[in-house]
Amino acid sequence: MLSNFDVQQLIFGRLTLEAIPHDPIIWASFVVVAIGGGALLGAVTYYRQWGYLWREWFTSIDHKKIGIMYCILAIVMLLRGFADAIMMILQKALAFGASDGYLPPHHYDQIFTAHGTIMIFFVAMPFVTGLMNYVMPLQIGARDVAFPFLNNFSFWMTAGGAVIIMISLFIGEFGRTGWLAYAPLSGAAYSPGVGVDYWIWGLQVAGVGTTLSGINLIATIVKMRAPGMTMMKMPIFTWTTLCSNILIVSIFPVLAATLALLSLDRYLGTHFFTNDLGGAPMMYVNLIWIWGHPEVYVLVLPAFGIYSEVTSTFCGKRLFGYTSMVYATAVIMILSWLVWLHHFFTMGAGPTVNAFFGITSMIISIPTGAKVFNWLFTMYRGRVRFEVPMLWVVGFIPTFVIGGLTGVLLAVPPADFVLHNNLFLVAHFHNVIIGGVLFGVLAGTVYWFPKAFGFKLDHFWGTVSFWFWLVGFYCVFMPLYWVGLMGAQRRWNHHDDPAMQIYFVFAFIGACLILCGIASFIWTFVVSYLKREQLRDLTGDPWNGRTLEWSTSSPPPPYNFAFTPVIHDQDAWWDMKKRGYTRPMQGFRPIHMPKNTGAGIIIAGFSTVLAFALIWYIWWLAALSFIGVLAAAIGHTFNYGRDYYIPAEVVAQVEHHRAAMLARQG
Amino acid sequence: MATHAPAAVNETETVRFFDIDEHGHAEGSTMLGFWVYLMSDSLIFAVLFATYGVLSRNYAAGPSPANLFDLPLIGLNTAMLLLSSITYGLAMLEVEKRRMGLTLFWLAVTGLFGLGFLSIELYEFSHLIHEGATPQRSAFLSAFFTLVGTHGLHVTFGIIWLVTLMFQLPMHGFIPDNHRRLMCLGMFWHFLDVVWIGVFTYVYLMGVLLT
Amino acid sequence: MSAQAELHPIADPHAQDRPLDDHEYGHDRAHDVHGDAGSHHGSFTDYLIGFALSIVLTAIPFWIVMANVFREPKVAAFVLVAFAVVQIIVHMVYFLHMNSKSEGGWTVLALMFTAVLVVIALTGSLWIMNHLDTNMMPGMSPQQARNLP
Repeated sequence: MLSNFDVQQLIFGRLTLEAIPHDPIIWASFVVVAIGGGALLGAVTYYRQWGYLWREWFTSIDHKKIGIMYCILAIVMLLRGFADAIMMILQKALAFGASDGYLPPHHYDQIFTAHGTIMIFFVAMPFVTGLMNYVMPLQIGARDVAFPFLNNFSFWMTAGGAVIIMISLFIGEFGRTGWLAYAPLSGAAYSPGVGVDYWIWGLQVAGVGTTLSGINLIATIVKMRAPGMTMMKMPIFTWTTLCSNILIVSIFPVLAATLALLSLDRYLGTHFFTNDLGGAPMMYVNLIWIWGHPEVYVLVLPAFGIYSEVTSTFCGKRLFGYTSMVYATAVIMILSWLVWLHHFFTMGAGPTVNAFFGITSMIISIPTGAKVFNWLFTMYRGRVRFEVPMLWVVGFIPTFVIGGLTGVLLAVPPADFVLHNNLFLVAHFHNVIIGGVLFGVLAGTVYWFPKAFGFKLDHFWGTVSFWFWLVGFYCVFMPLYWVGLMGAQRRWNHHDDPAMQIYFVFAFIGACLILCGIASFIWTFVVSYLKREQLRDLTGDPWNGRTLEWSTSSPPPPYNFAFTPVIHDQDAWWDMKKRGYTRPMQGFRPIHMPKNTGAGIIIAGFSTVLAFALIWYIWWLAALSFIGVLAAAIGHTFNYGRDYYIPAEVVAQVEHHRAAMLARQG
Repeated sequence: MATHAPAAVNETETVRFFDIDEHGHAEGSTMLGFWVYLMSDSLIFAVLFATYGVLSRNYAAGPSPANLFDLPLIGLNTAMLLLSSITYGLAMLEVEKRRMGLTLFWLAVTGLFGLGFLSIELYEFSHLIHEGATPQRSAFLSAFFTLVGTHGLHVTFGIIWLVTLMFQLPMHGFIPDNHRRLMCLGMFWHFLDVVWIGVFTYVYLMGVLLT
Repeated sequence: MSAQAELHPIADPHAQDRPLDDHEYGHDRAHDVHGDAGSHHGSFTDYLIGFALSIVLTAIPFWIVMANVFREPKVAAFVLVAFAVVQIIVHMVYFLHMNSKSEGGWTVLALMFTAVLVVIALTGSLWIMNHLDTNMMPGMSPQQARNLP
């Protein structure tokens, strides 16, 4: 007969009451989240907005709404990721000599693991994906992406992954392995708990969404460009979107396979990455970086695209060297597959191998440098308008160049032997990711916000946020370069050399400045919403833009374009304005649109439950939710009535309304 | 701020800025999208092949390919898969001729060959496990079971997809949606045969050859 | 979304009967079943040729290994790989109807790209891991290291 314990194991797997953490910090976070989350859910219920949210947002297949949801997810996760960061830097500032700081090691280890994982996968990726999703179809004159339902599903899979990571804070624990969970530490022998499993399944669920999104955006760009828009007439942001998504489609399968192999080791006792019976832990490092290096280019290429768009718009000039920008982007994309070993020069592959990858790593800085020159030449002799997006560009250029220089330094294997996994390295990658990716998505947010919501963001608070971020960034990371050269290593929760403490204290102050930057960024939204009538964008083109998204109203109608534009030149909208186009006001046709659907959120929901069940070994739940995924997916394929037509009269009504608004502007 | 030049009403304007007639041929994106998906799937297999390549000699003092692989059986398996590719092609030829009955017939035969392939593979796996050559025995065996097993899983999903289509075809006929799905399944199925070429060459034949 | 007319999805009563296409917005012309410009179907002859070639290209490698045709295993391995590559191309051409025209050349481009990446992943991994094994297990040959129980 089964004992009580066996029955409990059958029903709950390895989930027990012990899974609830006892740590006061976590309890405090839980209280805050519960109160805040409860208030939010309560407010939505009180104002009876669930129907609206479900119909207009959660089941929407409109790329604009999905893009906005991605960005919201990213900003929410930024708060969690930053909380981790400031906790870490405070610990490092306090823990010297006799003091152990306030975070026990097992807690600190989870924090740095979660910080990296969240920032890359659930802040940077969704932010970049959200902007690409929103803007690219508008830029190419399309009405949506190639596969609108897949788009919705991709978003919910990303959200599902985020949910899994967030649950790990309150039920069980997270991995203590660093954000890439190297074997054999991440194997069953050395991380037997649920932490690494949370990490694995969170990323697997989100990874499916990302890969499908990659396929979607590539097909969109290849197949759905407006007539006349040849590849070399595409906006630069569209080019970087294409290259970034080609990278996504090629590397995320590598991540999925590698994580699957790690899970096989953990769940079934195979020997891919174990220390015994022939396993090769170093193969894990090799595979994970084949994914990991191109991943950072996935993040930074769209940011480069944003900088190009913002620079040319706010300097009133065509982007300098469009052709060389395109080639530079493509070359960066290709080279990014050839440098991955520079992340493990010290693992012992030897001088020949190291030399090869060191050289390729140095070469990749060349096209990047070409891009910087192109931005500078665009600004030269332009009439620069220092709107907030342009501030971010001006902040990005020197910051990213410094980060790039330290990168080239690290690309030299003998130097890397001293600096590997040192705080110098940590400063380098934060330098390029914050200076490059984050500044880019913040610039993009401010730049395209009026298009998405119909009013600009407040200039003053946007400026405040920028300065807090810029100064704060330098205050945090410049000391880290220095203290790295002094010998401080990565992921230490305690340092012995008291001479280093002052640098960490200074860094902590910098982190507080960044906190002000984040707070003022959020405050910008609040203030702007309250002042929205003053900040209203009535024409759809608040910045005197150059690309097609600015030809639509703000926000655009669901169908984007009543008539597909015909393209004659780069900077298509600028071309139209210059040549005196006329907006056609008759001859509207019914527009073929896809219907909203709940299938995406349902399948993703089942996937999330499946992941949770696998983490906790609740096999019956895993089986049921797996069947749920299959059934919902197959069931969805039986739905053949997925589209509808917007009648011509409705289109006419919308277009006439816009004409009236434009006439009012004069 | 003026955002565009005053609308110039030009009777002789020859430059078109909007596609008023919109009878331009907009092709569907599904075929390209699915092809890109297949390319991404190839990269999953690439990782599994690379891992197999790295670990394939790590026998951990256990059995090696020469001890384990039954080449005639694999030959039979390969024949099953190849035949299923042909019968799928025959099914597609019937689709072009709009012959529902024959289409369903050849799809069913494809599915049966696929099931035959899977059965032989499952038999092979259970035999190996029975002999003690489990995935947990050595890294070589872990890599072997995972690579070949992943291929088998793909075949399984293909069969599920095939059966689903065999329901949807009679329900809706040879409409464009169904035609697209058949084309995609065809690409998937042939792709799996291509991967199998890699598997039987690199794993089985070279495994026996080089040990 | 204040200043916009609310657009509610209006179900088209004839949606089920209309031959459906994926996402050809702005079009309502009837499409024929083929739905795309590229030719994706082969003929019976194509399948027959492909089948015959595949049989030959499979049987010979099996024979080479089972009958120990070559004395040098390395030579045999090279021949096997060559046959595999040729058979893959046969499958691509005769079963997948690969040609440089389909999708404006994008299918071939994607395939080339993927092939290059697969080669990079495979050769890169083997090269790197081989060097790691040699350098990081001093005093033991890779052969010995691999066969540790």
